[in-house]
Amino acid sequence: MLCSEEYRDIEAKVLRGERLSREDGIRLFHCHDIAWLGALADTVRRRKCGDVVYYNVNCHVNLTNICTSRCKFCAFGRDAEDKGAYEMTKAQAIAVVRDAMRDPDLAGLHIVSGLHPSWTFEEYLGIVRALHETFPSLYIKGFTGVEITHFAKISGLSVREVLLRLRDEAGLQAIAGGGAEILSDRVRQELCPNKATAAEWLGVQKTAHELGIRSNASMLYGHIETLEERVDHLLALRDLQDETGGFLTFICFPFLPAHTELGKSVKQTSMWDDLRTLAISRLMLDNFPHIKAYWVMLTVPVAQVALGFGADDIDGTVHKETILHDAGATSPKALSENQIIRIIREAGRVPAPCDCNYHILRRLDGVSVPAAAVR
Amino acid sequence: MTTIERARARAEAGERLSLEDALALYEENDLLFLAACARAAKERASGRSVFYTVNRHINLTNVCSSNCPLCAFQVEAGDPRGYVLSLEALEARLASARAVPGLSEVHIVSALHPEEPFSYYVEVVRRVRAALPAVEIQAFTPVEIVNFAKMTGRSIESILSLLQAAGLDGLPGGGAEIFSPRVREIICPKKATAAEWLAVMRTAHGLGIRTNASMMYGHVETVRERFEHLLALRDLQDETGGFQAFLLFPFHPAHTRLGEEYHLQRVGAWEDLKMMALSRLVLDNVPHLKAFWVMLTLPIAQLALGFGADDLDGTIGEEKIIHAAGAQTGTGITKAKLAAMIREAGYEPVERDARYQAVAGGAR
Repeated sequence: MLCSEEYRDIEAKVLRGERLSREDGIRLFHCHDIAWLGALADTVRRRKCGDVVYYNVNCHVNLTNICTSRCKFCAFGRDAEDKGAYEMTKAQAIAVVRDAMRDPDLAGLHIVSGLHPSWTFEEYLGIVRALHETFPSLYIKGFTGVEITHFAKISGLSVREVLLRLRDEAGLQAIAGGGAEILSDRVRQELCPNKATAAEWLGVQKTAHELGIRSNASMLYGHIETLEERVDHLLALRDLQDETGGFLTFICFPFLPAHTELGKSVKQTSMWDDLRTLAISRLMLDNFPHIKAYWVMLTVPVAQVALGFGADDIDGTVHKETILHDAGATSPKALSENQIIRIIREAGRVPAPCDCNYHILRRLDGVSVPAAAVR
Repeated sequence: MTTIERARARAEAGERLSLEDALALYEENDLLFLAACARAAKERASGRSVFYTVNRHINLTNVCSSNCPLCAFQVEAGDPRGYVLSLEALEARLASARAVPGLSEVHIVSALHPEEPFSYYVEVVRRVRAALPAVEIQAFTPVEIVNFAKMTGRSIESILSLLQAAGLDGLPGGGAEIFSPRVREIICPKKATAAEWLAVMRTAHGLGIRTNASMMYGHVETVRERFEHLLALRDLQDETGGFQAFLLFPFHPAHTRLGEEYHLQRVGAWEDLKMMALSRLVLDNVPHLKAFWVMLTLPIAQLALGFGADDLDGTIGEEKIIHAAGAQTGTGITKAKLAAMIREAGYEPVERDARYQAVAGGAR
């Protein structure tokens, strides 16, 4: 591979399959040779996942945007009396999913919501149980470590009990990766003091993994964090993964500043930063099976290119995403499955529709979706 | 050695690629390998520098007799959306251009108006030259030049000489599309042929007129036709050395008849970057590769700097042709923003004039 002498040692480590250190991670964040970084991350991706790119035919359900946490990076949360505040009833949530079920290939739900000031845990649980009973064929992935921590606090139950009830009564199969933000108390104190701490977020993941519930992890970057804090965040995730092995995928969330309080003083990250952060994540998180290029946040072009920078998952069809579109995301609100397949095939890879535990649901062999450019 | 092994070895060593090499590399689709080779080629050609310029685009008319299915800009004569920039309106544009600090280049590209006489275009050039004596006038694609020749019955050389005498310095690279006659028959049947386009460039280079070159891809062409196009440019460049920069135009299908008839979708960013890298590798004799942000969007244009591009074009001001086809990019950008994008990519921003010389006082 072509690289400058300066990084030859890191390249050698990666090619030998050796673990990178904190110092290596920080050095990589100062490397401008994005093509080399991407190629290096791509060798790891190829080793772990081959040429398959996973995606979901899924529907996002955001039960309410009324939230007590009011994090400075969020454009979704509202106070109950604010314009645009909403809370879904059971019937409304069912209607949203029924609408999405018009797609016969819909495989599952992604449920993430605000921390409603007056809803009890039973109310959240009740809605999800109703969805599970109405649509038993759909997998349910949902609730971030932040929401689970909130449920434990408002119900007086332990995190373990909350997780067990969600799993056993409402069919929860996996936990969403959000809410990790940056796992640094300095950053959290500044941006999101009213929600789960770093230790609480990690604690939920650990408990879930012990119960056999897999979860995802994420990082919200491009705000007030330092590059060292990004690396430390990745290392905290890697350490826990060494212990439990329960994380499935890691997702990079670039901070979208529009309409957020923090956005008044912070500019949006560039594609350059987005791709190198994703590549470095693939290199540092050597024990994570998957890296997701979440197109809603990255935009479709960046997510597609990210498939060459270490990603093996492009998320899903999504169906009406609202949290990030409130923050000015310019990506479409949904992609058709054919669009996703075309994006993956243009990158020379093999599209595979999967559930929230990365079980491949259908084979697309023989399904012809032309990549317009290649004739 | 297999074909692909040989192609990779040549790409890595910076040796000239054959058509078969290029096709094998395209087929293999190892995007970041291509990027690394293209970036090395870029650094051999222009070191750590990445260029941008302060320029203004002027589109004189959108009324066009060519009626190409690929175009969303042109309208037919009599259409209420049709316009021709009057000489008074031109003077007003030039007055505002005079106020632009560090303006290096005026870029004029227009439709093939069925009636506007050649004298109008000569007068435009003369007025731009009078208003902006030191600015590079880059005007009229070969397609327009061929049209002037046909309208007036003059030779290409005589048209170019008259424009040059009026103050023209260079020709833009547009109108090349894809050289294959099969493709031109579908996408632009009425305009200059490939042979005519190349002949204009050969003549221009002979007269000391600098030019760019381009390719529009992602419509009905095959991959082989893309590389045949690049090789035709490379051959001419071997002969004349007059091309300064090459630009890629991914086809924007929105609002075009071609897009509608062939159900075309915009190719992805992957394809854009792959073609960027492969163009840098195939066109080993063209000094500069532009990432034209209006076409590519700013993020992809920035990323292209890691894939062999060494020029982000310019601040532009107002661009109409590509925006008519649904480009979502803004219509202008500041120097500071272009320079910041280049620095983030690890390169040194160089504000350039039309000869790729550094301009004193650029945002370094």
